[in-house]
This record gives sequence, structure tokens and C-alpha cells, in this order.
Amino acid sequence: MTMPEVVSAVDEQQKLDLEAIEIKLLAEGIYQHYGFDFRDYSQPSLKRRIFKRIYAEGLSTVSGLLEKVLHDPACMERLLLDLSINTTSMFRDPTFYLAFRQKVVPLLRTYPFVRIWHAGCSTGEEVYSMAILLYEEGLIDRCRIYATDINEAVLQRAKEGIFPINTMKENTSNYIAAGGSGTFSEYYVAKYDYAIFRPTLRENVVFAQHNLVTDASFNHFNVIFCRNVLIYFNGTLQERVQKLFLDSLENFGILGLGKKETIRYTSVADYYDTLDAEERLFRRVR
Amino acid sequence: MKSNAAGSAAVPPAASPAQAGRLRNSRPAAGATQLIVVGCSLGGMYALEKILKPLPKEFCVPIAVAQHRHRNSNEGLPAFLRRATHMAVVDADDKQRIEPGKVYLAPADYHLLVQKGEFSLSVDDAVRHSRPSIDVLFESAADAYGPTLIGIVLTGLNDDGAAGARRIKKRGGVVIAQDPKTAEAREMPEAAIATGAVDQILRLEGIAAFLVERCRLVLTP
Repeated sequence: MTMPEVVSAVDEQQKLDLEAIEIKLLAEGIYQHYGFDFRDYSQPSLKRRIFKRIYAEGLSTVSGLLEKVLHDPACMERLLLDLSINTTSMFRDPTFYLAFRQKVVPLLRTYPFVRIWHAGCSTGEEVYSMAILLYEEGLIDRCRIYATDINEAVLQRAKEGIFPINTMKENTSNYIAAGGSGTFSEYYVAKYDYAIFRPTLRENVVFAQHNLVTDASFNHFNVIFCRNVLIYFNGTLQERVQKLFLDSLENFGILGLGKKETIRYTSVADYYDTLDAEERLFRRVR
Repeated sequence: MKSNAAGSAAVPPAASPAQAGRLRNSRPAAGATQLIVVGCSLGGMYALEKILKPLPKEFCVPIAVAQHRHRNSNEGLPAFLRRATHMAVVDADDKQRIEPGKVYLAPADYHLLVQKGEFSLSVDDAVRHSRPSIDVLFESAADAYGPTLIGIVLTGLNDDGAAGARRIKKRGGVVIAQDPKTAEAREMPEAAIATGAVDQILRLEGIAAFLVERCRLVLTP
């Protein structure tokens, strides 16, 4: 009586095992043909994103998607957007920016020049947020922000600094909660459905493509931000990227991660002191 | 602890042969439960308290919870639940290991996903207006834990958790829904029940009793 149930449970496990093989093949195929390396992305979220694309393309299996992606570059473009765009907003997690103002800005004041790397900046909302913060603290002229992302399309949008006007209400309340000392609406001009941010905000920002998975360190920085990007990587890849950050961070430099990201499970943990545990701000001490 | 009629059906010694058959069907691959996932929304905080409170000291199967919460919600929820249970209650960190005796909450504004032995977070778009989404937690946990998973759908105003319940059932796990009559908001357990994937419909006291009974295997191997 229980036999059919047992068989179906075994079947289910076989299906899952097969799916895992297919996902490996898809990642390998994309890597060999296009050079994008998703092989060490975190499995559960990678799988969700892949299946979202499978259904959107009217397909039903991962193998079906592999075939389409290999023979149709436009499909790869669409998948790339699915796999590489990360949700962001201005002053996302306002308390992070507040902590940065209170605990990091005083340190930066003692530096003649500050290099900041914003890794995985996506469409740039948080880059403009940091530029506004540094402007209000009177530091922007001494800073250079290197804002990088794997995806050229989102970088282009980041360079333009034009964001939907309907997000400005939330952005404004975030700005206030983040300790903003001015008037948020002075940083943009509203036009139709968009808010066009002042070009002066990006005078000291360099936007560039950089792939955390495959590219090396390109400079030394006093501050590195990488927020809600590493959650999409598995443990092996997080380890690699954390070493890259360590190689790229000056002694006493600051590392800022996403609210629920941690260095605890990587080998670099011992190189850092915790500056703010709740906001995931760390300071390199050796 | 007094359990209701449906609750006693869940406890093998008291079950009639017919009920015992139903129970066996609900656990095909007879593996010990390794993870419990819970989804709740409106009224979920108090429902969770009622489930966690009666769990005995020896109870050590890890529990992962997706409770719909505000984007800027902070330590309030874990602090509240800590007062109700001896288990350690934490907002899950990315790549945090899944350990016995702990309750892990989906952090505000993140999806909580499960792979074998550890959590993974995402900030992908809200699913059915929710981040954390119950479906995202349930579906990933079902794929990772198969027949060793129990999923519980509690009070809530929408149908989040229904698709997740279906996936848990498909992978051979056990699904429980809170008795809608006893739920602060009945829509969510009702939606789960409507999928046909629910094994047991229980009041909160019955759910705690079911978990204790079901996880005895884990307590005394």
C-alpha cells in the first residue's frame, strides 16, 4: 500500500538529481560559450532565477533553456539580466548610512584622499546615495568612488542617474532616516515620470565594468562596499571574493556588507575588527 | 497538554487503523524529520508563540520561519519569540549553518532560501507582494529536504504558502495547516488546504503536539 508513495519519493529525488546535473551543464555551457561564470552561484536562488526564465521563454526544462541560450544570443541577454540585476534603492537600509556617517566619516576626515570601491553597484541608486552623504559631510571633493558591476546595461543606467519619480517618496523618507542634513528634492530635477539627479553628484564617480567572479583587484581602496551581492554566491565564491577585497583594501580600510551578510564563514574574518555589528561595517586591522 | 480531535489523530497510539493508514501515507520515506518550515502572516507572531511554547527542552529539530514583516522591522520579532521558547531565536544570516535547537527567522526585506545544511538569502523581487515570501522558503526547503521536511501554514490574509505546500507534498514531505476556524486570518491556511496538499488540519495546540510526536525519532534515535 505504501509502495507507490515510496517509488514516487524516489522518482522525485531522481528528478531533482537530474535537475542539478542540468543546472551544472547550463552554467558550464554559458561559461564556455559566453564567458559569464555562474558556476559558483548559490544554488537555491540561481535555480529560482533560471526557472523564472524557463517559464518566460515558454520552455519546461533546464536543458531546453541551455539549447536556446547557446543558439540564441538574445536569449542569453535576457537570462543575463535575470541573473545579474540586483534590487536596490536609494539609502537602502537607512541605518547603514547613519552608522557610516557616525562611525566611518570621522575616520575619513583624517585622510587627504579617499578611494571608495562600490562593487556590484547595479543601477547606481546606492552610489548616488553615498555621493550625497559625502557631499553633505564636505568630503566629496576628496573622494573618488569606483562603481563597478558585471552588467553593462545596468551600468549605463547608473551613469545616467535617472530614476523613477514614484520611488522618490520612499527615497526621501530613507534619506531622512539616514541622517540627511539637507533637502532631498534639491538633489534632483523632476521631469515627467523621472527624477534626474544632479550631474555634479557623479563628478567624482568612475563607472566601470568589473566581474567579481573572474577579474582581479584593480586598485587599493580605503572603503569597499559590496551589499547584497555576495548572497547570490556560494561559500567557495564568497571566499574568493573576500580575498579579492582583502587584497584591495588598505590597512585600516573599511568593508561594508549587506545587512545579513557576514565574513564569519570565510578565512579573512581574522583580518577585521567589527566597527558596527548590526550594520555589518568592518575595519581591516592586519 | 490537551489536544483537540484532529490533534489526537496525529498521534499514532491513539489512532484508529483507518487513521493510521492515512498517517502512513503522509510519510512515505519514513526518514526522521530534519527541518520544519513555518509560514505565517497577519497574527503570526502570537500563533508562533503558541506553537513554540509547549515544545520540550529536548526538542531540537531546527525551525525556519517566514513571517511577513515590514521592510524596516528589526529585533522586535526575535526578541518577542525568545521569551516564548528555550530554543535560540535568530534572524538568519546568509550562508548560516542550520543547527539543531534553533529557530531561524527570514530577515526583514529578504527571501530566506534553504539548501542542504545552510541558508541562503536573496533580494529578488517580492513574490505575491511579499519579501520574505513563504513560497520561496517552502519550495527551496522541499527541494533540499524532501521527505524529511514538515511545512506548516498558519494564519494570514493571502494565499502565500499554497504553492510551497504543493511542492513540499510533491517531494514527499508533510504539510500541516492551522485550522482556519481558529486562525486570526483564515485565508492563508484555507488556500493551502484548497491545494489538496495538506496532511493534517490542526489547532495550534495540536500542531505543537504533532511536532513533539513526530520528532520523537530525532529525540531518541
